[in-house]
Amino acid sequence: MNPMIQIQNVTKTFKGKENQVEALKGVTLEIERGDICGIIGMSGAGKSTLVRCLNFLERPTAGTVLIEGRDLSGMSEKELRQVRTEIAMIFQHFNLLMQRSVLDNVCFPMEIVGVKKAAARKRARELLEIVGLAEKAKSYPAQLSGGQKQRVAIARALANNPKILLCDEATSALDPTTTKSILQLLQQINRDYGITIVIITHEMSVVQEICSHVAIIDNGELAEHGTVEEVFTSPRTPAAKKLVFMVDPKVGEMRGRRCVRIVFTENSSFEPVIANMVLECRAPVNILLADTKDIGGIAHGQMVLQLPEDETVAAGMIHYLQERKLKVEEVNPDDIVDGNGMG
Amino acid sequence: MILLTETVWDKAMIQMLAENTLITLYMTLTATVAAYILGLPMGIALVVTAKEGLRPNRVVYKILDIVVNVVRSVPFLILLILVIPFTRAIVGKGYGPNATIVPLVLAAAPFIARMVESSLLEVDKGVIEAAQSMGASLRTIILKVMLGEARTSLAVGATIVLGTVLGYSAMAGAVGGGGLGDIAIQYGYYRYQGDIMWVTVILLVLLVQIMQYAGKKLSQKLDRRTR
Repeated sequence: MNPMIQIQNVTKTFKGKENQVEALKGVTLEIERGDICGIIGMSGAGKSTLVRCLNFLERPTAGTVLIEGRDLSGMSEKELRQVRTEIAMIFQHFNLLMQRSVLDNVCFPMEIVGVKKAAARKRARELLEIVGLAEKAKSYPAQLSGGQKQRVAIARALANNPKILLCDEATSALDPTTTKSILQLLQQINRDYGITIVIITHEMSVVQEICSHVAIIDNGELAEHGTVEEVFTSPRTPAAKKLVFMVDPKVGEMRGRRCVRIVFTENSSFEPVIANMVLECRAPVNILLADTKDIGGIAHGQMVLQLPEDETVAAGMIHYLQERKLKVEEVNPDDIVDGNGMG
Repeated sequence: MILLTETVWDKAMIQMLAENTLITLYMTLTATVAAYILGLPMGIALVVTAKEGLRPNRVVYKILDIVVNVVRSVPFLILLILVIPFTRAIVGKGYGPNATIVPLVLAAAPFIARMVESSLLEVDKGVIEAAQSMGASLRTIILKVMLGEARTSLAVGATIVLGTVLGYSAMAGAVGGGGLGDIAIQYGYYRYQGDIMWVTVILLVLLVQIMQYAGKKLSQKLDRRTR
């Protein structure tokens, strides 16, 4: 069976008056059925352009996109519109019709495909029930909060039973609590209906919260991709490290010294490893960063330590940590210096 | 010595004023409706074929843009005289209410095209993009998204158009166009009956006020963006 989405060598160049901007430079990525794939990157990395290439709202300059094996670039306007009814999309600013009631907003995609009015209204009411806004059917978008508007947008997106749901910074305009509840709703939809979800975001927390896979876009290129666990526990590229570390800019002070990053898995958090190591090696370490993340229900801790300048002591410490089955990785402080603003 | 005619406010005079008020309304409304039939599609085409539009088309856009600008820059009174041969060909004569409607439509249509264009450009690009992502056709986007979302602004625009067309129709009185403007010129200007001129002016002001009020109420009623 073909993967749900195949992005093949997609390049997108925007032509300005004098200059041209390469938003995407040959991105290749596959997303499987039922995945929740996060596409993460700094602003301007090209992730919004990439998601618009998935339904050809932006036509790639080169390369193509296949949905269940069907090549979008060879399609007529009519065929493309047909495919788009299978690929729903939600947006940062919700993009609801302001002059229509909540119920009529949810009916809109069904009007497009020609569902009878009574049937559409019935389905719209069911969908509003699913997103928890049944009592707001007669309200207008201007009367709703941001989180409620996004729920309406989600109900609208589900109207034509899509196979794919694209989320373009769908939680970026929402507060943390609302973000969490919207993400939970997306996860529920993914579980209940098996809809493949693609989430564009600049927040690592969004990816950790619900994604099964992650792709990191940096400067128009795919820097890294894999399961969230793989990428989080062992980021290979500078772009991935930057996003995973989410370090405070103060870390810059340790520039030029030897640092290691340790990843704890669930079974290693009982032993006071660092304290024991310090006692055994008789040298202090500087804890530059420590945090715990919940990935797919498993707690992952990470810590960045600045080791003593004495090479033997430092090597001894690394050895000590490795003996305790911890993943130890030397990190270049430069990678994490300007990783601010990713919180 | 100026010969002043004494105005007699008899039944015939009142009836004449009432009749011409109706004629003015007839010209204004008919011309506006006809002008919308031309101007609305022009305005939509301007938005759709523009560089950032849904179907960019330089040639069509440029032609429409120039036609609109040229017609709009001709003063109405000049346009009125310029198109008399065309008016004769259509209506059969060059004066009277029906003859006035022809230049009114020609002058109002490009004006409407611009009003519609600016209303439609106000529609949130994100909402149009959302409709595209749902697989909406161009027709659906124009009818249901653009016109639907811009309806308040379109209603305000229509109110302004009505006021302008009413003013133009009064101007046509200078060349025997009929209606209140004609009365004002015939009695007030040629016969020095200032009182009749003032009455027609008051009637014109009242008409504009009523249209403005109705337009405002309608646009408010249509607007669902307020809490």
